[in-house]
Amino acid sequence: MLDFFQEFFSYTFIVRAVIVGSLVALCAALLGVSLVLKRFSMIGDGLSHVGFGTITLGIGLNALGLNLAPLSVSLPLVIIAAFLLLRISENSKIKGDAAIALISGSSLAIGVIIAAKTTGMNTDVCNYMFGSILAMKKDDVYLSIALSVVVLILFILFYHKIFAVTFDEAFARATGTKAGIYNMLVALLTAVTIVIGMRMMGALLISSLIIFPALTAMRVCKSFRPVTILSAILSVTCFFTGMLLSFLYSTPAGASVVVVNLIVFCLFSLLGKIRKSGATI
Amino acid sequence: MTLLTCDKLSVSYNRITALKNVSFHVDDGDYLCIVGENGSGKSTLIKAILQLIGTESGTITLNGIRQTEIGYLPQQTVVQKDFPASVFEVVLSGCLNRKGRNPFYGKAEKALALEKLAELGIATLKNKSYRDLSGGQQQRVLLARALCATRKLIVLDEPVTGLDPLVTTELYATIKELNGKQGIAVIMVSHDIQGVLESANKILHVNVEPVFFGSPSDYLNTSVGQRMTGGTTHA
Ligand SMILES: Nc1ncnc2c1ncn2[C@@H]1O[C@H](COP(=O)(O)OP(=O)(O)O)[C@@H](O)[C@H]1O
Ligand SMILES: [Mg+2]
Repeated sequence: MLDFFQEFFSYTFIVRAVIVGSLVALCAALLGVSLVLKRFSMIGDGLSHVGFGTITLGIGLNALGLNLAPLSVSLPLVIIAAFLLLRISENSKIKGDAAIALISGSSLAIGVIIAAKTTGMNTDVCNYMFGSILAMKKDDVYLSIALSVVVLILFILFYHKIFAVTFDEAFARATGTKAGIYNMLVALLTAVTIVIGMRMMGALLISSLIIFPALTAMRVCKSFRPVTILSAILSVTCFFTGMLLSFLYSTPAGASVVVVNLIVFCLFSLLGKIRKSGATI
Repeated sequence: MTLLTCDKLSVSYNRITALKNVSFHVDDGDYLCIVGENGSGKSTLIKAILQLIGTESGTITLNGIRQTEIGYLPQQTVVQKDFPASVFEVVLSGCLNRKGRNPFYGKAEKALALEKLAELGIATLKNKSYRDLSGGQQQRVLLARALCATRKLIVLDEPVTGLDPLVTTELYATIKELNGKQGIAVIMVSHDIQGVLESANKILHVNVEPVFFGSPSDYLNTSVGQRMTGGTTHA
């Protein structure tokens, strides 16, 4: 057992992936609670697709000789998309869902065409879609540490405001909370989390990291704080378990993490059903 | 003393007029009931008072109370019905406008939340989950939250929708008591005018344009008033 962990952690790329991934999983879980409860889950999904499109754009520009890090092309565009998607969702729930689906599909399509026309549909593109733990460089480690510190601090400082805005935006605004700012803050942090986590988890898989932990926690917890805390713990635990399984059985990392999340979700759903009449947490 | 004055207020959504030239005023300790058909602009009026939406023309003046110190009980949204939050968490969120720059709630806010829970007879529900409560209990929780946010004025938008008659009567009695004993002014949108006629001291009837503003007894003498009350309580 000890040997196994020694071997596991002897690879630099695994250590990096574990650090970045755990931090991204933590941030995603915290933000996810608010997104899921506000019926904004689609925003996370939409953003990851936009993320894919913009990353291929970044690679494409590089292939054309423009020397820009794909991340620096992707990040601002995804942030803009986040504000856009937020506006759409706020203004109309039903048409909003459809609009986000359109944006997702379009970003994916544009991304694939750019990739095919520049670098070709190579392993790079595949890695961005489904993730690669080899993608994490030293800079990503620093960036993800900085991000998660910021997310954690903001989340703790504004925890009560975020709760109020999530539970009842009209009341929060009526009593003087600038709900728009907190919605934008959550959207912004989600955008950054997605861009950082996307290359490891995969553009098509990263949104599960936002949605699963919150949903799982809600199966068993009945108040907001326990939901938030359990969601964060579950997210990091599932990530780590997924990485171990991926290493053990040579399965793709991102997909393994999502499958672990799925299994835990099913277990907690069952647990929630069984003790439905149980006490409040 | 006049708490709130609304003068020739007009509101429109994308150039469709929802309210036109509505004027009324609310004094300290008043109980104003807003009535009107579905879609007549009642919720719009409430949202304008709370500055949740912009107005097209006219003025809303508050006196002796700050904009953020109005206790609001919104029309329930679907999202809330299934929200994982404890009763205490919900009620405490009514203190958000009191805690200033402090990111966390202090002893005073927690004590206030407990006090309001007790006042509304739901102290035992403190640690229960909001989503597991009955409709009537949920409304009481939201009322407690509104009371945490205000000292003088609560605004309620159709608070008894979906409640059974007994629970409705109880909630009306509680609101009347808050109004009578604590002198908290009440603005309430209600479908069921019969239930509030004896509590309210002012009636505002809107149908995009103002139809009536005055005392309940005067309202009952108007033809529209008789129609709204089913003509049973002829004055
Ligand atoms: N956000 C909105 N956008 C456009 N029209 C709206 C909006 N909210 C309400 N309306 C319209 O304004 C009118 C008044 O609505 P509302 O104030 O909710 O009525 P009430 O509460 O009296 O039933 C209705 O015709 C409604 O369709
Ligand atoms: Mg209404």
